[in-house]
Amino acid sequence: MTVEQAPAPAGGRAAWAREVERAFAKAPERAAARRTPSGLPREPLYAPAAADAAFEARVGWPGEPPFLRGVQATMYRGRLWTMRQYAGFGTPAQTNARFKTLLEAGQTGLSVAFDLPTQIGYDSDAGVALGEVGKVGVPISTIDDMEELLEGIPLDRVSISMTINASAVVLLALVVAVARRRGLAPDALRGTIQNDILKEYIARGTFRFPIAPSMRLVTDTFRYAAAAMPRWNPISISGYHIREAGSTAPQELAFTFADAVAYVEAARAAGLDPDLFMPQLSFFFAAHSDLLEETAKFRAARRLWASLARDRLGAKDPASWRCRFHVQTGGVTLTARQPQVNVVRVALQALSAVLGGCQSLHTNGMDEALSLPTEASALLALRTQQVIAYESGAADTIDPLGGSWAVEAMTDQVEAEARRLLERIDAAGGMVAAIEAGLPQGLIQRAAYEHQQAVERGDRVVVGVNRFQVDDEAAPAPFRVDEAIAAERTARLAAFRAARDPAAVARHLDGLAAAARAPGAPLVEPIVAAVLDRVTLGEIMGTLAGVFGEYEGADHY
Amino acid sequence: MTTPEAPGRAAPIRVLIGKPGLDGHNRGARVIVQALRDAGMEVIYTGIRRSPEQIVEAAVSEDVDAVGLSCLSGAHMALFPRIADGLRAAGAGDVALFCGGTIPREDAPALEAAGYRGVFGPDTPLERIVEFVRAHARRRDLGA
Repeated sequence: MTVEQAPAPAGGRAAWAREVERAFAKAPERAAARRTPSGLPREPLYAPAAADAAFEARVGWPGEPPFLRGVQATMYRGRLWTMRQYAGFGTPAQTNARFKTLLEAGQTGLSVAFDLPTQIGYDSDAGVALGEVGKVGVPISTIDDMEELLEGIPLDRVSISMTINASAVVLLALVVAVARRRGLAPDALRGTIQNDILKEYIARGTFRFPIAPSMRLVTDTFRYAAAAMPRWNPISISGYHIREAGSTAPQELAFTFADAVAYVEAARAAGLDPDLFMPQLSFFFAAHSDLLEETAKFRAARRLWASLARDRLGAKDPASWRCRFHVQTGGVTLTARQPQVNVVRVALQALSAVLGGCQSLHTNGMDEALSLPTEASALLALRTQQVIAYESGAADTIDPLGGSWAVEAMTDQVEAEARRLLERIDAAGGMVAAIEAGLPQGLIQRAAYEHQQAVERGDRVVVGVNRFQVDDEAAPAPFRVDEAIAAERTARLAAFRAARDPAAVARHLDGLAAAARAPGAPLVEPIVAAVLDRVTLGEIMGTLAGVFGEYEGADHY
Repeated sequence: MTTPEAPGRAAPIRVLIGKPGLDGHNRGARVIVQALRDAGMEVIYTGIRRSPEQIVEAAVSEDVDAVGLSCLSGAHMALFPRIADGLRAAGAGDVALFCGGTIPREDAPALEAAGYRGVFGPDTPLERIVEFVRAHARRRDLGA
């Protein structure tokens, strides 16, 4: 890593101070942050009295390139991160009730978990949905389902993040359609679709179409969001699942940014100006248990993306260089043994996300090694964030570990290793070619196996698993989804399909197939029109699969 | 691959590791594939998102001695017994069955009754799974 690769600083401390004033005029400073519990003054930011050129280039100021210390000038000294718990199960009505419980408990944004049939683009009554309906998330097949899911949620005030990829365009259309029924235009909506299809081929597995038409769907949502949804993130480029699959921290950054580069290049090839859509790109990382390495990773992510966005992708607007990200604590670090210990793991992981300057955060429930969280564990997980936010003081100073010799050195190391891996992806012909050759998958697999062997040898201690075990553990009662839901959903879909104009459905699907066959034709708009006329998710995805084909090439080993 | 994995056996144990349903979590399955291969077994991995019928067909055509299934989506009770039934119907009822994933402890008795002699939860040491397969894999008639 060389100093020259970091984007040049804009204006140093003075520019930062001006920006702080502007920001506090809009959203006042949190007064409680100004003093420690002992009554001592607490500055928003600590930095060397005399910042030299190397400091300006490598570290700099919050809200200023290279954004090492944060993407906003005031960070949590102004507004805390969004507490956004991933939730969804059973039926749209059950999930809506859980959302309301979480919002009443102080959650500040929504994050929707969809079941696997919805994520891959099948209606709940499809044969392949056997056993999966409502299990890992909420099933959404129709506009009526989406309406029920969002009942009573103010779509112009609460931001909604949706973990949806292969079928992201349809779920986006469903939200736009429900908003339209309520008289809200798309530009009033705040939220995110994950829409990161490349990592599905690498690590997560909910792909549907081959890579090229999938990339076309992604760039079409960039186009639509840039034109019609300025407050919406049309993608959340995700290292989380890459990490869950076994990668190291630098691999997580490298593969995420390699995916990001591929999306930007695809959008540019489709005729979009990078500065038109790049400010709307968002990212998603995991927080694992090594507190300092994880904090360093989050800081390194910002500096690395600022450099890639400016130098490699040619973005001119500093807003395009900002790596804004969501964090989730590491599901794979949770243990089935002594599950209460997971509360401590989650707290430490969440602390690293806050010390690392995340924009939103999900904390896992302690029972998630074995099932979805019960309501009680989901609330305890939210309380964990609230303790960090309001009691720990970690949120009261911007980038409080900045300047620590250990953390700065680790930040440099993680970034350098990620850059080395990015070069390897480039040498393989870019990320799409690397995925087709199985390169990231193979590196992740090797890291996962090495980790497991280290645990088995006892070189890596997992408390309660390979040390400090107890013999007879009472297993907590796991959360259960009602198995009767699949039959109810089938009946509901039959009634929904009976109450629509079949000619209109056929017309929409024919039009959509024609648009899919025409290279570069817009797809979001005809899908919004179709769902408004009661065409289902499965029908739309099936029609697209008829044109695009199904992806067959994943997970050979 | 050709290392005899147990004294007195001439042919390596053949194992199929399957991922039925729509679940994409493959980390555990792939780690187990690697561990069984390192233990000298021949392992066929189906990849993710296979139907119960595809898994039965692969197990029969690959003539395996054991089948291990992984599911982390909560669909195991709908999928695993179906695969055990399919194997029996296809005349492969002597294949050793085992499974793992996010399987609540209270589901183990029903899975055992369906034919899964090994039900392994999270945090299971790889050695235990390797030993299970060695102990329970179908014995081949090597005289033919």
